[in-house]
Amino acid sequence: MTESDVAVEVEGLRKSFGSNLVLDGVDLSVERGRLFALLGPNGAGKTTVVNILTTLVSPDSGKVRVGGFDVTRQAARVRESISLTGQFAAVDHLLTGRENIVLIAELRHVRSPAATAEALLEQFGLAGAADRRTATYSGGMRRKLDIALGLVGDPAVVFFDEPTTGLDPESRNMMWDTIKLMAAGGKTIFLTTQYLEEADRLADEIAILSHGRVAARGTPQALKSMLPHGQVEIRFAGTGNLERAAGVLADSDPVRDDSTLTLTVTTDGTVARLSRLFAVLEASQLEVAGLVQRTPTLDEAFLQVVGHHGGRQDAPVA
Amino acid sequence: MHRLRDTWTMTKRSLRHIVRSPDTIITVAAMPVALMLLFVYVFGGSFGRVFRNGPVSYIDFIVPGVVAMTVVSGIAYAAVRLSMDMQKGIITRFRTMPIAPASVLSGQAFSSLLSNLFSVLPVMTVGVAVGFRSHAGAAAWMTFVALTVATTWLALMFGLMARTVEGAGSFSYILLLLVFVSPGFAPTSSMSAPVRAFADHQPMTPVVETMRSLLLYGHAGGVAWEAFAWCAGLLAVCYLTSVRLFGATRERLVVAQ
Repeated sequence: MTESDVAVEVEGLRKSFGSNLVLDGVDLSVERGRLFALLGPNGAGKTTVVNILTTLVSPDSGKVRVGGFDVTRQAARVRESISLTGQFAAVDHLLTGRENIVLIAELRHVRSPAATAEALLEQFGLAGAADRRTATYSGGMRRKLDIALGLVGDPAVVFFDEPTTGLDPESRNMMWDTIKLMAAGGKTIFLTTQYLEEADRLADEIAILSHGRVAARGTPQALKSMLPHGQVEIRFAGTGNLERAAGVLADSDPVRDDSTLTLTVTTDGTVARLSRLFAVLEASQLEVAGLVQRTPTLDEAFLQVVGHHGGRQDAPVA
Repeated sequence: MHRLRDTWTMTKRSLRHIVRSPDTIITVAAMPVALMLLFVYVFGGSFGRVFRNGPVSYIDFIVPGVVAMTVVSGIAYAAVRLSMDMQKGIITRFRTMPIAPASVLSGQAFSSLLSNLFSVLPVMTVGVAVGFRSHAGAAAWMTFVALTVATTWLALMFGLMARTVEGAGSFSYILLLLVFVSPGFAPTSSMSAPVRAFADHQPMTPVVETMRSLLLYGHAGGVAWEAFAWCAGLLAVCYLTSVRLFGATRERLVVAQ
């Protein structure tokens, strides 16, 4: 992989605000044309990473390059290569939608600001509201305009800082579609999110940021495979059944819980293994009151990496 | 070259904001006219007695003061507009774009100058209608421009320092006070000794004196160098401080989000 294939390159990035250490040696890299998600809980330092990558905040130490340029020494060149869509719609409320795009196009020295505005208004379904002040726009429309402004001048790397935080489901889906479309068009996209579902759905690659460091990185599939395999929880009709079952399934090393009358067996998730387990149960003629299979979710990967405990997604066995 | 183009783009944006706030236009253009009429027709009866047998009429005497007041109340809106911008996401967008940071501030400064030129027109027009006789030439307008530009950058500096939009405009009351405690509306010789001592040495006094001299007699008068020195000094300090503040508040604002 050559230097020019890397859109974002971060090595040993550290940043403190006063005595508060926010980033404690972040390493990550994003290849050109990829959709990268930086995932982490509130306060993990995601926004600080984006602010440093977009030249808003200077790093304390570390190598940080965007579009091949150093964010500190070549900030102007970095700014030519990027756009940022933040958590709050950065549009001018006193101007119309069209005037907003023309303003940004003029500042980016685009050859034909008027034509740029026309095309983007059309693309984002804002043509009908083009000449209304954005103060009269709905939240969703303002958000669309915000993304459109981020596309003016065709920047090489587009940053989205928590693009769906606080959005209603409809606007969120619109945002997802837009981001996917941009990614399909070959743009490099760097997004931060605290939603696993979002990272799972959109990203080619995910890095999990926790306590100012990248705790894990990989494709969504790779992160899921880091997990312990699926578990099957079997509930029995009474203590007698539970007692006998514990004996019958002793080979599978079950975890017994008398209060819920359950045994939990860890499996490798394969059909063969599950079939053998069910065959033993069938043969024992035990009275099974219920079966639940727990499949690994990205949530679990996330929580395991971040070190919290939380609920699991339970899926009944068909 | 880019810097000039960006400044002009920012100026256009700011002018649109001004034009789209009719209440601001009314306040900035109509308030000084109303106060001028108030001084001439309400207070003027007793104030004006001093001027009755003198070389200048009261309306001639106060127009420079009214112009200074117009500038001072006009530039307060530059502080408010900048402060409003600073609290919004759009400034973050500008900062991630390849534009000169100073063009954000220069755009505000330039639009402030233009809007002040616009709002001083009704003062002059109504002034002439009620008997003001002027020899105003290019030099008088230069004084006006110097005062406006210098105090606009003062306003921008306060706009950057203020934590709230409401706070941003409030500094203009200090400037307004300086206009009143100057020979703008009454000769300093009529003031009590301590007030007079202050009035004779504060920056607004040579500015008002110079403007009056230019408006009434067509020459700059003896304190012109003092007026320009104040304006140049104020401009230099406020420009440099504002540009530095604009860079320094970057992290504070970003982190506050």
